[in-house]
Amino acid sequence: MSVLLSVNNLKTWFKTDRGLVRAVDGVSYYISEREIIGLVGESGCGKSVSQLSVLQLIPTPPGEIVSGEVIFDGHDLLKFPANGPEMRSVRGGKIAMIFQEPMTSLNPVLTIGRQLTEMLELHLNMDSEAARERAIELLNLVGIPEAASRIDDYPHQFSGGMRQRVMIAMALSCNPKILIADEPTTAVDVTTQAQLLELMKDMVVRFNTSLIIVTHNLGVVARYAQRIYVMYAGRIVESGITKDIFGNPRHPYTIGLLACVPRLDEPRGRKLVPIVGLPPNLINMPPTCAFLPRCPYRIERCQQEPWPELRLIDGQHYTSCHVDTREK
Amino acid sequence: MIAYIVRRLIQGVFVLIIVSVLVFIVMRLLPGDPLMLYIAEHQLTLLPPEDIEALRVQFGLDKSLPLQYVDWVAGIFRGDLGTSIFFREKVADLIARRLPVTAYLGSLAFILSTIVGILAGVISAVRRGRPLDTGVTTAANLGITLPSFWLGILMIYLFALRLHWLPVYGYTSPFEDFWLSTRQAVMPVICLSVFSIASTARQARSSILEVVRQDYIRTAWAKGLRERVIVMRHVLKNGLIPVITLRGMHVSLIFGGAVVIETVFNIPGMGRLMVEAVLGRDYQVVQAGILLIALVVVLANLIVDISYGWLDPRVRYD
Amino acid sequence: MLEKRTLPTDFTEMLPRVSEFRRFRRVFFSRRLVVFGLIVILALIVTAIFAPFIAPYNPYKMDLSRKLLQPCREHILGTDSLGRDTLSRVIYGTRTSLMVSVIAIGIAGSIGMTMGLLAGYFGGITNMVIMRFTDALMSFPMILLAMVVAAVLGGGLKNVIIALGVGMIAPYCRLMCGQVLSVKENDYITAGRAIGASNLRMMLGHILPNCFPPLIVLLTLMMGTVILAEASLSFLGIGITPLTAAWGSMVNDGYKYLLTHLMLSFAPGLAIMLVVFAFNMVGDGLRDALDPRLRGTL
Repeated sequence: MSVLLSVNNLKTWFKTDRGLVRAVDGVSYYISEREIIGLVGESGCGKSVSQLSVLQLIPTPPGEIVSGEVIFDGHDLLKFPANGPEMRSVRGGKIAMIFQEPMTSLNPVLTIGRQLTEMLELHLNMDSEAARERAIELLNLVGIPEAASRIDDYPHQFSGGMRQRVMIAMALSCNPKILIADEPTTAVDVTTQAQLLELMKDMVVRFNTSLIIVTHNLGVVARYAQRIYVMYAGRIVESGITKDIFGNPRHPYTIGLLACVPRLDEPRGRKLVPIVGLPPNLINMPPTCAFLPRCPYRIERCQQEPWPELRLIDGQHYTSCHVDTREK
Repeated sequence: MIAYIVRRLIQGVFVLIIVSVLVFIVMRLLPGDPLMLYIAEHQLTLLPPEDIEALRVQFGLDKSLPLQYVDWVAGIFRGDLGTSIFFREKVADLIARRLPVTAYLGSLAFILSTIVGILAGVISAVRRGRPLDTGVTTAANLGITLPSFWLGILMIYLFALRLHWLPVYGYTSPFEDFWLSTRQAVMPVICLSVFSIASTARQARSSILEVVRQDYIRTAWAKGLRERVIVMRHVLKNGLIPVITLRGMHVSLIFGGAVVIETVFNIPGMGRLMVEAVLGRDYQVVQAGILLIALVVVLANLIVDISYGWLDPRVRYD
Repeated sequence: MLEKRTLPTDFTEMLPRVSEFRRFRRVFFSRRLVVFGLIVILALIVTAIFAPFIAPYNPYKMDLSRKLLQPCREHILGTDSLGRDTLSRVIYGTRTSLMVSVIAIGIAGSIGMTMGLLAGYFGGITNMVIMRFTDALMSFPMILLAMVVAAVLGGGLKNVIIALGVGMIAPYCRLMCGQVLSVKENDYITAGRAIGASNLRMMLGHILPNCFPPLIVLLTLMMGTVILAEASLSFLGIGITPLTAAWGSMVNDGYKYLLTHLMLSFAPGLAIMLVVFAFNMVGDGLRDALDPRLRGTL
């Protein structure tokens, strides 16, 4: 399977009046055809910013994509002007993105039909009638009942779950090669979460699209993703196929994350073990490993050396930790 | 939508009733017996007491206050707004002469301020941070501090007295002499609209900047739309809603401005009429005048609110 | 098995804690215009209090032998038709403006806030009646309303102040009601009710304190409005006696001598602009510092 998108050493920094925030500080990943990958990490680790950087949707003061490459379709997207015709044709047309908050991600004064057709007219050059028909088809596909009449309704007339479905329809309407779902289920209840995820998986298979799921919810990626990247404080700290990450986590952060998740096959009465401490402040970070203050595995070497690069453990499994955490 | 309009209409009627009651009460708060005032003004002090009482009955002043209110309202519907002491004519006629003048200049000012204000606000929002934005924002910030009468006087000094470009003051109907009318209207209309332009520009700018930060604009970008489309279709439609809803208030502002501007430029409109009536203690005129002006404002607000319902679908389907 | 290890203390210090007060100070003083406005307001207050010491001449003293002088070394802004020094009258004008505005806003604010508090808290019929009443008040252009009330109450400064106060009740009522309604939704209000706090206690102790930020901003912003309104009223000759040094009436006096003595009208008008500008800037600064989300509404 060929690689669709390859991100190399992406760095996106923000200049705030309190200092430089290195939101994304050297992130590399790739996604191939028909793959579902997960990008996991807690709030503020830079996962959303990295995805927005791919589409150059970062507000440019104060943000700036400082370095890196985003290779897609044979070109480095970062070389194109941020709002030029190339980026605009990629956005929505070849790489689509859906966001976390369905309640506010749709324009309240336009019908959902209009918000769908404007994409079809833009990227697929459809005329308004054809676009409208296609829009109704898409709404049916994502499970909006009575699509033909609801197409003229406004976003506030839909529930959160329905709106997210509309967002999915919008994102897939122009047959993009990659769909980026940024925390797609965080703002909805558990039942709707499950429905939306199944829907996304179906759609992705049907449209032959690859999917990047950005989330802090390990359960979601465990079920759907084939490969996982774990992010912390702007960098990827561990990556590999799902089985390896869950079965044999090597980075202390990943281990900590998995220890927080209650499991059905545990003995009763086992206490959940949280990761001590707080997420780091990304301003003026020291050169050492960002997880150091919270790490139960730290050794002398960690305090003296800079944050280690990712090293290969075996197969596709990488970690950025000196310590062999199996020894504890 | 219909339900919304009906509800709004009922509200409007309610407000009008309260307005009329307020006007009535305030005028009755005047110290002194209105009958005695009338007698004094019409020099009837030598009348015997029985005749005075007869007058009292004739004017309905012996009835209870609520009934007097009803009488008064009934009179208004009949078109009887009283008689002006100062001008010695029917108030209704007086107002019929003066109101169109103010309406004409006020409408010009309103249209000017809507167009220029919104344009200025949009431009400065879209070019945020650049020199154009700084310029417009500074001008707007100064514009809301300008006393309109002072601006009027300074304009007269510069454009009429020194440069002789425009006539000093006065008003001519556009139907009589269009060119003269227009030249006379330039300064008053500008003075009437300055505050409104500045205020509208500020509102438009801040509202649009608020909208630009919203999630759905980020979605629009992610869809690959070009900037112009995003601004026109997504940003403006949302951003101008608050600005439109405030237009009603600007009708009120322009009326208030007219009071002062018509005095400066010696224009025979409602504004100057109110000043003359207040200073001259011509209470019939004051009463009718303020009621009418409030009526116009309520109507303007009603129209604005209904168009708000048309613009913002969230309000419609309540 | 994960070992328990204590957190090294120096690393927790990596998280900067920014107190609310410092944030407020930082945002408020960040714009030069805001600081400028603050300085002007302070200067205004000082001038008003110490006017007798600052003004070069007695503003009420008429000296017909020195009437209508152009700006010169002895009279920096010239003199008016009664021989009174313009600069001194402008300086004394600060007293009129400040006094009228502060008291008028005080009246408007207290009545308006009380009405808004009641309307928001009790809701239902109370809300409807009070809101319609406010709508009615807002149907009258503020200057007209003030004019009529002043006329009805009779002339004089005191009545002008009351009239202006009445004219400004509506915005406070509206704002307060809106604030109360949104604060009411919070759970800590429900909690207060649940433990049986009386209505009065709820209103004064819990709801009111949380409504302060936008109210303070409105108070400041309305200062500009009321100073302009007072100037307009005194320009029209309502309520102010000819002796009083009020900027609006000074502009009116100067109107007759416009061609030859521009300064008579120019100076007081400039003073008005400066003061209103200062209050607006400070009001903007307060709003941005207290809660930038208010930017759209205030």
